[in-house]
Amino acid sequence: MTVINGTATRGLAPSRHVLANGLTVLSKQTTVTPAVTINASIRAGAVADPPALAGVAHFASKTIDRGTMTRSADQIAEALDSRGVSLAAAVTRQSLSLTCTCLVEDFEAVLTELADIIECPAFPATEVDSRRSEVITLIRQDEDSPAAVAVDGVMEVLYGAAHPYGRKLRGTIATAERIDTAVLSAFHHAHVTPAGVSLAIVGDIAPQRAVDAVSSAFLAWSASPRPAIEIPFPAPASHRRTRVISMMNKAQADIAYGFTAITRNDAAYYAYWLMNHIMGQYSMGGRLGDSIRERQGMAYYVYSSLDANLVPGPLMVRAGVSAANVARAVASIDAELTSLAADGPTEHELSESKQYLIGSLPRTLETNAGIAAFLQTAEFFGLGLDYDVRVPGLLQAVTRDEVHEAARRSVDPAKAAVVVAGPYDGPLS
Amino acid sequence: MSVWSGRLGAGFSGSHAAKQRAERNLLIVARPYNSLMAAVEEQAGGTSTVREHMLDNGLRVLIQEVHTAPLATVWAWYRIGSKDEGPGLTGVSHWVEHMNFRGSTNIPREKVKGIIEQYGGYWNGYTWIDQTTYTETATRNALDHMLFIESERMGSCLYDPDDCEAERTIIISELQGGENDPDTLLDQELTATAFRAHGYRHPTIGWLSDLQTMTREDLYGHYRRFYVPNNATLVIVGDIDADAAMRDVVKRFGRIPSGEVGRRTQTKEPEQLGQRRVTVSKSGTTAYLKIAHHAPAGDEAEFVPLLVLDAVLTGAKGVNLWASFRTPPPQRSARLYQKLVNTGLASGVSGSIVPTQEPFVYTISATATEGTALDRLEEAAIGEIDRVARDGITPQELTKAKTQLRARLVFENDSITNIAHQLGYFATIARWQDFHALAGRIDAATIDQVSQVASRRLGSMSRTIGWFSPAEL
Repeated sequence: MTVINGTATRGLAPSRHVLANGLTVLSKQTTVTPAVTINASIRAGAVADPPALAGVAHFASKTIDRGTMTRSADQIAEALDSRGVSLAAAVTRQSLSLTCTCLVEDFEAVLTELADIIECPAFPATEVDSRRSEVITLIRQDEDSPAAVAVDGVMEVLYGAAHPYGRKLRGTIATAERIDTAVLSAFHHAHVTPAGVSLAIVGDIAPQRAVDAVSSAFLAWSASPRPAIEIPFPAPASHRRTRVISMMNKAQADIAYGFTAITRNDAAYYAYWLMNHIMGQYSMGGRLGDSIRERQGMAYYVYSSLDANLVPGPLMVRAGVSAANVARAVASIDAELTSLAADGPTEHELSESKQYLIGSLPRTLETNAGIAAFLQTAEFFGLGLDYDVRVPGLLQAVTRDEVHEAARRSVDPAKAAVVVAGPYDGPLS
Repeated sequence: MSVWSGRLGAGFSGSHAAKQRAERNLLIVARPYNSLMAAVEEQAGGTSTVREHMLDNGLRVLIQEVHTAPLATVWAWYRIGSKDEGPGLTGVSHWVEHMNFRGSTNIPREKVKGIIEQYGGYWNGYTWIDQTTYTETATRNALDHMLFIESERMGSCLYDPDDCEAERTIIISELQGGENDPDTLLDQELTATAFRAHGYRHPTIGWLSDLQTMTREDLYGHYRRFYVPNNATLVIVGDIDADAAMRDVVKRFGRIPSGEVGRRTQTKEPEQLGQRRVTVSKSGTTAYLKIAHHAPAGDEAEFVPLLVLDAVLTGAKGVNLWASFRTPPPQRSARLYQKLVNTGLASGVSGSIVPTQEPFVYTISATATEGTALDRLEEAAIGEIDRVARDGITPQELTKAKTQLRARLVFENDSITNIAHQLGYFATIARWQDFHALAGRIDAATIDQVSQVASRRLGSMSRTIGWFSPAEL
């Protein structure tokens, strides 16, 4: 039996254990259903793509479970399907994750399958070839989606086409055609190591049982830790940049309007979080929703999002509007951001957003999947096992002046990147 | 505040153990709270007991205590969906749903925001072919506020003319956003082709010309006719005291008068006499295939065998429209995945069988990979459908499908919001007890039943095939 080496005592009180090979186990027992969610987060996201070969991490997410050194794709599929388990692989810029939910009785067996998939993928050529056609189809679908085109476009404007955040996550058809077994195996060898994996196990499993099972499945795996990938910070914007990508076959235009913001571990993060919430999230899209949807009736959706990460991530406003309303919607976004930067939020707005974000924590932590995702975020950014207990205080401590300063520093329309994709070929101010 | 496209997958919620508990604990009791309330039924399901009450005004109330988190959820369901709409008024149910977030007699327009948010809560609503529903989930001390909002929504929404006009453009924006997606466009055309007469044929969001011409009076008339307690079900689940919650319900809803809903359209879909086909030609990058067959209603005997059949063909999903789409089905070993995706013909395949009040369609969708001709994809898909219609399924496939469906029962009961959704959903399309009975119906499904439903339902005579064939950009 392996002894657990970290447990919080209040709130969610998860357990944390690091195996001798460096793999981290996060666990939390819940008894709502006789099920358990396994969430494996691997530090092998799109930032690990070779600079000239965007899309390798995404391609790996499509092929990692398609055969190992000892098991065929069909054997893995049968083992999971017969237990009602679907393994979801997803890739972000920072990580590749594998997530599934199984019945408690199947936990050890499913974990063993997962360990084999993470440690020993074979990337068989036949599977790589058939998944390539799937990846290319996804890229072609993105090319036909105004939403995907607008977001990809604004990320490229914000970070530059050569930056890991500016490249397309799925790469291009040309790069997909160059990715093969050798490329994928080299990517796995270079970036998938025990020290880069954290496993969150949440469900009706005692923490000790979780650690014992993970130890049994992963302890024989050894690989020396790899140095962290250095990602350059984006250059500060000095002027407004606009781009119109006409897609005249579409019914509605998508607007992506963004800035580079801050890192997740910046002391000002909580002020930015609240600023973004007031600007584009509270209730039906914050101030932006009030103006563009509720008062002007221009859009079904308008909101903003903040993705603070290891590098200053994007702060992005998104809206879908008819072509006739593009200019008016962009002007309205300009006006709302100008007002927030000039005057800051009201005390009432700040209080409302604090109350909401703190009060919503129990909902965030209601399901096994929600808890697992929360634990992985806290682990990735080193926020601590008691983060759920501390976060209300961190939000409460933010002052109106700090939120105003966050807005003043980050949402200047004169430095925005604005991309419109859809049935629009007019000018952008 | 959305419409469901009808492309969600099949499945169910619950568990075998829960089903056994339900059978042991079924009981009928009478527990009136006061003169405003009548019959009560109790049935164990999931982890605790569901209580059913009927107010004198006809409001059905379902309450289940679940004490796993300090939260409560309320869902208010109305038996009005897009199938009940006539020509000229398509989309009225969905538009009315939007209007019912824009203030009431005692909740001024500017105060709508904040009531639930101050409790960290979430609120929303959706409209689909059989139902319109509204929900709030927040900390348990917000329960009376949730009930206040729903009682206001039922009795006294404002329908300010300016708000009606604002929502007109918002909904047209929603429609156009959907049309940006070729799959949504094809689904709309496929359904309109599969149905000639029944109200399921038009999209829930409505036809554009109706959205451009409907009036405030159309909206308000629809609202007043269908938003009455005798056409509604209220569901409360969470960390609450059921007795106290019921007293709050009586206080908030007991004096809302019942109303005359009137005669609904009775049109049945005539039998389809041959295969139909529709092709959407529009510029785009990717080709899509959809194959629809007429399906049984949720409470028909053939529904569960078809659910099992879908699990064999495309992997088991859930019947929880609120949760199913969040988790992909276990489908790598499913027949159509093997036949279409593993061979490189399609980048993805899915099946959609959803419990509905009246017979809807079972739809199989596939996305052609770059360079794959639609006729080749169709030939492969139809070949597999014909094979299962001819030869049925194997005992091993039946066992695996049942295991998958049992697991989905457990996975989809993981939150109070999901539990309450399922109770209200089934109460609206049939009976809420049908939700708890699903596990037993799955267990009881036989290989012969599944093979028979494949033979009876998946023939070419009741088939509609849809192509999205992209023209050059």
